[in-house]
Amino acid sequence: MKNILTAEGITAKYQAENGEITAAEQIDIAIAEGEFVSIVGPSGCGKSTLLSIMAGMLTPSSGRVMIDGELVSGPNAKVGYMLQRDNLLEWRTIYKNVLLGLEIRHALTPENIEYAEGLLKTYGLYEFRDKYPSQLSGGMRQRAALIRTLAVKPEIFLLDEAFSALDYQTRLEVTDDIYSILRREGKTMVMVTHDIPESISMSDRVVVLSGRPAHVRSVHPIEFEKDHLTPLARRDDPHFNQYFSEIWKELRGNEA
Amino acid sequence: MKHSVSTPPGGIAFAPSPLARADISPERRVYLRRIQQERQLIAISRVGLLLLFLFFWELGARQGWIDSFIMSSPSRILKTLFSLADNHIVMHMWVTLYETLTGFTIGAFGGVLLAVLLWQSELLSKVLEPYLVVLNSLPKIALGPVIIIWVGAGTRAIVVMAVAISMIVTVLEMLEGFNSTDPELLKMAQTFGANRRQVFQKIVFPSNISTLFASLKINIGLSLVGVIAGEFLVSKAGLGYLIVYGGQVFQLDLVMTGVIILALMAVVMYRCITLMERLVLNGRKK
Ligand SMILES: Nc1ncnc2c1ncn2[C@@H]1O[C@H](COP(=O)(O)OP(=O)(O)O)[C@@H](O)[C@H]1O
Ligand SMILES: [Mg+2]
Repeated sequence: MKNILTAEGITAKYQAENGEITAAEQIDIAIAEGEFVSIVGPSGCGKSTLLSIMAGMLTPSSGRVMIDGELVSGPNAKVGYMLQRDNLLEWRTIYKNVLLGLEIRHALTPENIEYAEGLLKTYGLYEFRDKYPSQLSGGMRQRAALIRTLAVKPEIFLLDEAFSALDYQTRLEVTDDIYSILRREGKTMVMVTHDIPESISMSDRVVVLSGRPAHVRSVHPIEFEKDHLTPLARRDDPHFNQYFSEIWKELRGNEA
Repeated sequence: MKHSVSTPPGGIAFAPSPLARADISPERRVYLRRIQQERQLIAISRVGLLLLFLFFWELGARQGWIDSFIMSSPSRILKTLFSLADNHIVMHMWVTLYETLTGFTIGAFGGVLLAVLLWQSELLSKVLEPYLVVLNSLPKIALGPVIIIWVGAGTRAIVVMAVAISMIVTVLEMLEGFNSTDPELLKMAQTFGANRRQVFQKIVFPSNISTLFASLKINIGLSLVGVIAGEFLVSKAGLGYLIVYGGQVFQLDLVMTGVIILALMAVVMYRCITLMERLVLNGRKK
């Protein structure tokens, strides 16, 4: 399959008065269209940095990111980015929150608005459109945040520990929920996380990063006998634990 | 998948009294009644305290415990109030109100505008920081004579005084608020490619509505301080003038009346801002 996003030789350094921090070193990753890739690594190794670079929000010290064969040099319209928290604006209704991305991109056309409303309907938030974020449950808020990003029609979704602010129970539900929505919309997804089970339950491939400065330690294709298992179903599959111990050893190898 | 929807917060303000509902437990009924009684007690005590104070003031003046010539008395103040026309009190009130509102408006707008400018440029705000701190701690009243020489002894000097006192605080408060906007929200907007102006309009400013009103509340009081200080210096009219005049001619009734009107004015203006705040906050929840 064709690669939609490639990161080539990415090195990222932060400058501060008390020194230089190298957050990523010579990272090469290629993501195929429609693929779900997880990037796992210990906290503080440079995962968020890498993702911000892929999104064009941060310029790497060296290396380059290509999307659809084009060099990324700034925030990219083909990329949707989801952060840890839903970051819904408390003073806007759900409807207004969902339209924020379109508003910022000056793309509030009747077709786009209709599309966003369609998403609200499809994903069960239409009746809640006039509510405020504080009136919704954590799962629904996350879903609203997802629709806000879907509304600008990105091809690639970057998820930065997108569920880790939720409590465990909600998190499992939301993971299932968001996963099925994104699959259904046929998006390419890159997710960074420090949660191994989460990465196995969702992805086609898991990339393990070393501790700081992050470089690619190993890549694990994830395959289950049955296709299209939901993240929750995958957790019950006997292969799950096998993948878990495999990746866990790799991650632990980091610290030794 | 199940979703639990939490009940909206703050939806109880205009609900019928919860005590009237039949489905509440006896314990809750007791609890609610206790709260209600406590509120009533506080309200009654407040008014009672004022009445008691006025009563003893009047009594003291009549019995000769205090010298009503220099302490005045509630009845003499009332008499002064009722002879409004003789003292042109209403005119003085309007003058002070006009000057305060002018100073307040200029101070608020100017202050917010400057804060936006400083937020825009980190370099500028770093360069100016020590000056702002010094200006903020400087008693602006000390600038009175300079201001009079610069803009002339008149209404203008008084308004400038009010602006000088209220604006710097606004700048500092608002800048502090702008700078402490949740960085995650900023990042979220940037993921959609928001530029700096959009980040300000859609995230930073709306995040700081309560900061804005907090500084407006401080501002209105400070503007009044500036105006009165100005009127003390260049007196032609206004409550500050009335008070100084009353002091000079030893008409303490006039002084006390002036002070009381001033206090009422301050409260009313403060309440107006609180009301405005509520309107704005409810407005965006519509
Ligand atoms: N803006 C920044 N300035 C300086 N150092 C930073 C900055 N952002 C992140 N870092 C440092 O870079 C390293 C990697 O950060 P990050 O990419 O957020 O890690 P992760 O997402 O894997 O937890 C950390 O040590 C962090 O302290
Ligand atoms: Mg991170």
